[in-house]
Amino acid sequence: MQRFSAFSLFRHALSHHQNWQRSWRNPEPKKHYDVIIVGGGGHGLATAYYLAKVHNVTNIAVIEKGYLGGGNTGRNTTIVRSNYLWDEAAHLYEHSLKLWETLSTELNYNVMFSQRGVLNLGHTLQDMRDIERRVSANRLNGIDGEVLDASGVKKIVPHIDITSARRYPILGASWQPRGGVARHDAVAWGYARAADALGVDLLQACAVTGFELEGDQLRGVVTDRYGVIHAGRVGCVVAGNSGVLAGYGGFELPIESHPLQALVSEPIKPILNTVVMSNQVHGYVSQSDKGDLVIGAGIDSYTGYGQRGSMPVIEHTLAAMIELFPMFSRVPMNRQWGGIVDTTPDACPIIGKTPVENLYFNCGWGTGGFKATPGSGHVFADCLASDEIPALAKPFALDRFYSGALIDEHGAAGVAH
Amino acid sequence: MLRIHCPYCQELRDEPEFHYSGEAHLARPDDPASCSDAQWGTYLYFRRNPRGRHHEMWYHAAGCRRFFNVVRDTVTYDIEQTYAMGAQPVKDEALLQ
Repeated sequence: MQRFSAFSLFRHALSHHQNWQRSWRNPEPKKHYDVIIVGGGGHGLATAYYLAKVHNVTNIAVIEKGYLGGGNTGRNTTIVRSNYLWDEAAHLYEHSLKLWETLSTELNYNVMFSQRGVLNLGHTLQDMRDIERRVSANRLNGIDGEVLDASGVKKIVPHIDITSARRYPILGASWQPRGGVARHDAVAWGYARAADALGVDLLQACAVTGFELEGDQLRGVVTDRYGVIHAGRVGCVVAGNSGVLAGYGGFELPIESHPLQALVSEPIKPILNTVVMSNQVHGYVSQSDKGDLVIGAGIDSYTGYGQRGSMPVIEHTLAAMIELFPMFSRVPMNRQWGGIVDTTPDACPIIGKTPVENLYFNCGWGTGGFKATPGSGHVFADCLASDEIPALAKPFALDRFYSGALIDEHGAAGVAH
Repeated sequence: MLRIHCPYCQELRDEPEFHYSGEAHLARPDDPASCSDAQWGTYLYFRRNPRGRHHEMWYHAAGCRRFFNVVRDTVTYDIEQTYAMGAQPVKDEALLQ
């Protein structure tokens, strides 16, 4: 792998940037892999990378039905934070945030991680009590956080309307300075390039259509393009389509797939240098480096796999934005799209073993998976490399839905991601 | 936007009048106390989530305020039929005729 540096940039400038190496190979698959990862999004590519880097397992394939990072990795609103209420979730997301902080250096790829801070607004007294509680819990877990009053919010975001005349007046916010945004495509590309350099085969435009089972043991995957590919272990990281793959294995997951929409405005001059989220009016917004406002909100209520959503949800989202920033009312929206998110009853992921031997799942990240990309891959690589499920992942096992040990992030931090 | 036919109002109305209420035809176990953890967990949390034809409940919140069933394709979002609670969907053969 050619390393990116100021020197290489200068050297390639001499040949008009015509001779850069391709970022990854387009290999023919082998007959057998030690580990196959199904799903070439950020989480899957990160898993492959950490398996190769940390655990020296390099006979790996990542199988992607479309193109790398073309699913939810390329469709989210790129917010990164770790201010979750419950210990289990907070530890997992904080593990991820720590990896984010050194990710560009680690991958030798600029993922444009920008720690511009995340505000979670409170509009009611109960909101503010919940914020006090969550920030206190965060600080006990070593996660940065502050409780701000309305004037503190105004100091960070001068354009926000904090007057009490609003229907949902802003009373304050939680503030996580280490949170921020990252370039979503670059995360997928960076992990793909680094994994490829370690010998991982990235197989694109190849859909998994079934599992090769022997009793309740998994032997490999059936693909539409290359037939059966054998594997010692298979890890599925396919977000919205997790239920479909579980069906191939003959079991069900406590997951429902919903469309989640996002939209961007036309590029405008810099106006918002942080991330503003509100559970109460239900919307979140940041401004990308290109200048467009990146806006998201809640899922469409019904289940769906169509990668698009309904107009009423877009109207609701923009109504929330106007409530927070009346001045945005005349900014035209440029594009709108949907991704399919895998929501669980407790808004927390499912990581680890399944009823089928050698088959592992990492799913259920729902509406908030992007922020977890490095941590999720790191932890899932641990799962696939050894028989021991790592401590960070243990609380997220599938059997919590039988034991009742749910990690209820829904009302706590999980409403808006 | 979905346009949904309410089987009680007998009218085709816009999606914002309705609330989605999850998978249809889920039977609560007769005697929860005698359920195993697996049976109870399955009833509470596990849903079919198919890619394709799906039987689901909707609530006509801004209309008659009654629940009813819908058969909808989760990929195309086309609604095949709606029918009252307690009823069964029309058989596929009948629809094809």
